[in-house]
Amino acid sequence: MKKLNDLEYLKLNKLQALWYKLQLFIFAIPGWFKRLGLKIWNLIKSFGLGVKDETLDIAHTFTKGNWAVKLSFLIFGFGNLYYGQILRGIFFLLFEVIFIVYMILPSGGGYWLGKCNWFQKGATIGTVQGKFEYDYVYDTDVWVAGDDSVKVLLYGLLTVIFIVAFIWTWRLQVKQCRICMDITAKGKKVKSGKDDLKSLLDDQFHKTLLALPLVGILAFTVLPIIFMVLIAFTSYDAAHDGYSNLFSWVGLEHFNELFNFGQGGLGLAFGEILSWTLMWSFFATFSNYFLGMFVAIMINKKGIKIKKFWRTILVMTIAIPQFVSLLYVSKLFTTSGLIGSALNKIPAIYNYLDVNNFVSLWDSPVVSKILLIVINIWVGIPYIMLMATGILMNIPQDLYESSKIDGASSVQQFTKITLPYMLFVTGPYLLTSFVGNLNNFNVIYLLSGGNPIKGTAGGASIGYTDLLITWLFKMTLGSTESKYYMASLIGILVFIVVAVLSLIVYNVIPSTKNEEDYK
Amino acid sequence: MKKENSMKKSLLGAKASRRLSNGIIYFILVVMTVVWLFPFVGILLESFKTETKMQTGYLFPKEFGFDHYVRLFTETDFLIWFKNTAIMGIATALLQTIFVLAMSYTLSRLRFKGRKALMNFMLILGMFPGFLTMILIYKVFSDAGLTMNMAPLGLIIVYCASSGMGYYVSKGFFDTIPKSLDEAARVDGATRWQVFYKVIMPLSKPIIIYTILMGFMAPWGDFMMASYIVHENSAGMSVAVGMYEWLSRTNMNTHYTMFCAAGVIVAIPVTTVFLLLQKYYVEGVTGGAVKG
Repeated sequence: MKKLNDLEYLKLNKLQALWYKLQLFIFAIPGWFKRLGLKIWNLIKSFGLGVKDETLDIAHTFTKGNWAVKLSFLIFGFGNLYYGQILRGIFFLLFEVIFIVYMILPSGGGYWLGKCNWFQKGATIGTVQGKFEYDYVYDTDVWVAGDDSVKVLLYGLLTVIFIVAFIWTWRLQVKQCRICMDITAKGKKVKSGKDDLKSLLDDQFHKTLLALPLVGILAFTVLPIIFMVLIAFTSYDAAHDGYSNLFSWVGLEHFNELFNFGQGGLGLAFGEILSWTLMWSFFATFSNYFLGMFVAIMINKKGIKIKKFWRTILVMTIAIPQFVSLLYVSKLFTTSGLIGSALNKIPAIYNYLDVNNFVSLWDSPVVSKILLIVINIWVGIPYIMLMATGILMNIPQDLYESSKIDGASSVQQFTKITLPYMLFVTGPYLLTSFVGNLNNFNVIYLLSGGNPIKGTAGGASIGYTDLLITWLFKMTLGSTESKYYMASLIGILVFIVVAVLSLIVYNVIPSTKNEEDYK
Repeated sequence: MKKENSMKKSLLGAKASRRLSNGIIYFILVVMTVVWLFPFVGILLESFKTETKMQTGYLFPKEFGFDHYVRLFTETDFLIWFKNTAIMGIATALLQTIFVLAMSYTLSRLRFKGRKALMNFMLILGMFPGFLTMILIYKVFSDAGLTMNMAPLGLIIVYCASSGMGYYVSKGFFDTIPKSLDEAARVDGATRWQVFYKVIMPLSKPIIIYTILMGFMAPWGDFMMASYIVHENSAGMSVAVGMYEWLSRTNMNTHYTMFCAAGVIVAIPVTTVFLLLQKYYVEGVTGGAVKG
């Protein structure tokens, strides 16, 4: 495609300019993927180089190190102890002892690792199936517990993480021992335990601050997410809950189920829910965005009095817990609700409901979708209004004044000054808000509950207004048909959708590229 | 003379048109006020009705009564739910603030190896739907006895443990504090801990209050996690989960107005706290949006 220079571009009429921009956008797409691929390739390359460097460094340490350093290849922290870093040495040593003891205990790491049958298609996770057996004492069949697959997989995963931590610590202490040796060789003193503790409040302060939040994130987000990604490759569902029935590795079978558009597959259901999710997210985000901005401009206009009052009214919606207001509003639109009954008196609506045998407005797929978007405007305008107010005040006033002298109308001022500025500043926010709406559980679940019901898919009854996230939620509610593996698969797909969207947006919106443009 | 006249006219015209446009705006704002307040006034009025079910066609109670408020505390578990949620709110506010401040301060003002990587990692992690983690957490918690009756404790852990990932808004705040303050203190011999505790924290009142407010509000609004962890066990429910059942198809006719009464009681403390601290909330929202 031919790139135009500025002069040529300005010669185009509006339609041509639009067409040109569209072409630019489309032709840029392969470029992103190329860049993404390059980035990933570079990442792999730098990882490989890192491994190479580390290996060389370790070998170097071994050949050049004295006997204390050499011994610390086997005994953690030996070098530290030798050079007088008692505190570090003890910690390293303790870590090694705990690790070894844990791994060789009869019900320790080795035991759990062996039970996992990692990724062998068809093999169960856990080896002993619990069953009913005749018991002479009670003279009846009693449950003899076997393995719990969930537990086995969790412990297996923890063991793998522990092993990785072990290798990392080994490398760390070898490096430290060598540094101790070098420092002593130069005739300087190594850091004592007291120095270490002191530096935790100074040079190493970030470690102190990050310790707690990072442990929390590792334990309650990273670990569960890795676990759930693994679950997508197993047959974990209500019938195979791991306790009464072991579940097993199934490979990529569920991906086939999800993308099978024929009988027994979830392809159609998934496609419909995904398209409604994207549609909902789009309308919810942009309707709120523009209307909220409009409201902010109205309240901000010169000559409008009691600005604070109008804002406070709107902010009340944020203050009151959503489940109270949303549940109440959803009932308002039922047949016996105030608004619903009033609307029912309108002949067109009455007839529409009557013809289709709908009891209330929420029974009609189309109407409930519209209602959701409208009510979401009610929910969302206050947020955008607050945000936009702050940003509007930041727009330099002289822009407006000079444009006024040049004879710009207020519409022109909006499209040429306010809107570009807003879009520029709130670009990243639009993305977060779009993603937030993709996963907007509260609004959908409390208002329509995903209804009207369409059928069942993935062990859950699904409706016309279900989002991926409410579908995921319903799949895990512990009914007899729950399909946890499908839930985790959906979760992974949500991740992919979000990641792709973010990738596109970050490539398109200007505020991530030229941060200095408007400053 | 003629020219002057026409100018006067156009001035008058401008004034009139401005008045007209302001009039339209006032009209829209008044309509909006009505629309936005309608549900709240509705809940309040319906809570004073003496009927138990949803009545078609009228909003104002025909007979004022406090029956539902009395029944709420004598016949239902509402007080337990309220207590649970309040405890969760306070605990979450405190813990979450510590987590979020530690994380955001570190990422904003300290430089260390792996900082960028950590931020990218958390960005990617945040793209997974958070609910996904609940399947495993529920399983572990139920073995550890942190579900059912003990659900509030379990939920506090769930709300707080990963809250470090929501560091964006307060990082944006810390980014705006001039670096020269830190440097001056460092030159004077302050350790990084002293800079954090004695220099930056006293300046950070707005963001601390914002974080506390957000933490306090979280348990009141959360339905998904709470309903999953508590698993239909009344003693451990939060108000959201407990009251949700009252509007199910089977309970609607007997509990509808009671729901309204309970809604009023829930809304009063939360709304009061919120409106009192409104200023800080607005600062947080605007700041966070601008900095992404």
